[in-house]
Amino acid sequence: MSVLVDEDTRVVVQGITGGEGKFHTEQMLEYGTNVVAGAVPGKGGQEVAGVPVYDTVQQAVREEDANASVVFVPPAFAADACFEALDARGLDLVVAITEGIPTQDMSRVYRKLSETDTYLVGPNCPGVITPGVAKLGILPGNIFSDGNVGLVSRSGTLTYQVVDNLTNRGIGQTTAIGIGGDPIIGTDFIDALELFEADPDTHAVVMCGEIGGEDEEEAARYIGEHMDTPVAGFIAGRTAPPGKRMGHAGAIVSGSGTGTAESKISALEDNGVPVGDTPEEVADHIEDLL
Amino acid sequence: MKLHEYQAKQVFADAGIPTPASTLATTVDEAVEAAEEIGYPVAIKAQVQVGGRGKAGGIKLVEDAEQAREAAESIIGMDLKGIHVDRVLVEEAVDFVNELYVGVTMDRNEGEPVAMVSTRGGVNIEEVAEEDPDAIAREHIDPAFGMQPYQARKVVYDAGVDRAVANDVASILRTLYQLWDDRDGADAEINPLMVTSDGEVIAADAVMNIDDDALFRQPELAEMEEEAGGGDELEAKADEYGFDYVRLDGNTGIIGNGAGLVMTTLDLVDYYGGAPANFLDVGGGAKAQRIANALDMVFSDDNVDSVVFNIFGGITRGDEVASGINQALEQFEEIPKPVVVRLAGTNAEEGMEILNKELVTVEHTLEDAVQRAVDYAATEEEA
Repeated sequence: MSVLVDEDTRVVVQGITGGEGKFHTEQMLEYGTNVVAGAVPGKGGQEVAGVPVYDTVQQAVREEDANASVVFVPPAFAADACFEALDARGLDLVVAITEGIPTQDMSRVYRKLSETDTYLVGPNCPGVITPGVAKLGILPGNIFSDGNVGLVSRSGTLTYQVVDNLTNRGIGQTTAIGIGGDPIIGTDFIDALELFEADPDTHAVVMCGEIGGEDEEEAARYIGEHMDTPVAGFIAGRTAPPGKRMGHAGAIVSGSGTGTAESKISALEDNGVPVGDTPEEVADHIEDLL
Repeated sequence: MKLHEYQAKQVFADAGIPTPASTLATTVDEAVEAAEEIGYPVAIKAQVQVGGRGKAGGIKLVEDAEQAREAAESIIGMDLKGIHVDRVLVEEAVDFVNELYVGVTMDRNEGEPVAMVSTRGGVNIEEVAEEDPDAIAREHIDPAFGMQPYQARKVVYDAGVDRAVANDVASILRTLYQLWDDRDGADAEINPLMVTSDGEVIAADAVMNIDDDALFRQPELAEMEEEAGGGDELEAKADEYGFDYVRLDGNTGIIGNGAGLVMTTLDLVDYYGGAPANFLDVGGGAKAQRIANALDMVFSDDNVDSVVFNIFGGITRGDEVASGINQALEQFEEIPKPVVVRLAGTNAEEGMEILNKELVTVEHTLEDAVQRAVDYAATEEEA
């Protein structure tokens, strides 16, 4: 079992004819992902890596039964691509990889999202992978292995680091979800934790947060109140000064001191979630929890 | 991107928000001339982006030409918390009876904008929010519909603004929201919004932060950023190279890929007893030249005593990183600071083979690499 992505996932890649879109479509296919279509306005009828391209997402849903999309569309047009995916009716999952989408655009997408049952993962995220089955996004498949730990993270490369620490100990993963580093994202920690809690094959969860916002604090309360599956945590940005954006648009400690690593770590610990000081320690905690 | 006060005031005034008469001056003579023209009393305000300008001597209220000259001489050219002052705003002093606060920002937890009004303007609003959250009235705005007129009135009345000026304040708030929306604001605020004894409402300060990710469609504002200049030299250099870079005050330089992993590397430097000198994210898929530029960046910081390179390749390839490091270091007769490299992920083994091990120290885990760099930094510092 897994969450969000499984054998039945049929992917349409929005922006498949661009450099990133094409490269990662090939990588996804190589990993075994069932990429059934591409969608790029004006490019209908073409093929990329043997995958048929359609002018609209809705055509791809109708003709190829796509039920998930991955967005590799440049930032200026990415919100429009998300709207198109959400309106296409038939997609259960939209994964937005694009970094640098204006926040006000995402606010409108988020508003639209509240009217649908679709999961929107991202933007500014590495994607979702169910090891051995399929990956939607840019995650390097070779470091993952299948197993019974779920992983949810705001950061791509930090995810790889933690997965590497787990895989090196022979601990595999059910599904890893990169929820993205932007201030406004679709699927958040709580959504992902809910999915893992409901998945009988996920026996423990790693949650990697970072400074900025209050999502980790809310997730910590959710874990304390609603979860039986054990969770171990990691929080990046302990040394970040207030008022500075640390790479991710969402990774900023506000001037008034909200969004600090301390606040997140203590919220997690108060709810019974052990927090590692290093990625290696996170793997230690998971080993103890399993 | 943060607009300077004079830029934000211009944007607000152009949109129809009342602001005090003011002139920008870059020399003492210009400042005095502007003060004479506006009529005393006037305020002379340093145009730099640091908090607490007034307390640091960057704002002076003057009553005549002699005082204006004295103030301008002391402020223009001064060093305000490390930032050189090269321009001042000369501004009509407003005689007020009341100071309000109005602002619009994105509430990231709700994913939608929020408008805020308080009758406790003129002070640090974040402190007010902490001490007495009820003193600030809030109204969330549906981004699909924008701010409705009633919402502006509602939040103004909720805040307890005097009804004699409530309509004017609500109208200013609607204009502010529209500006925020049209100009891709991150935050827009007026603090204080002054109420005069004649019942006029005037924006005595103006704050406008623009979403960096939206600057591509705000060319006018992007130009203002260039015009304003200033800020940290190294951070400006990082902008040129296109790196996410933040300068800190430690001596262990850090280069990595991906925000979360770079932050983690900083945290580990601290955890192992060192002090991070910077945050530098080369981003995804960096090629050799970009890696060389990153090393150049970190070497140009005099505080740096050692450098740790931590790359976990997804779309970034280890061999590209390794040749970039070689390329950068082979230019030197003597390596300026010891460099520790840890490569993992895509093509890490190929990278390890390519790396010139006479020029760098190789470590295989993140923890070992950081500890080694911290040790080097401590030794260099002593030497």
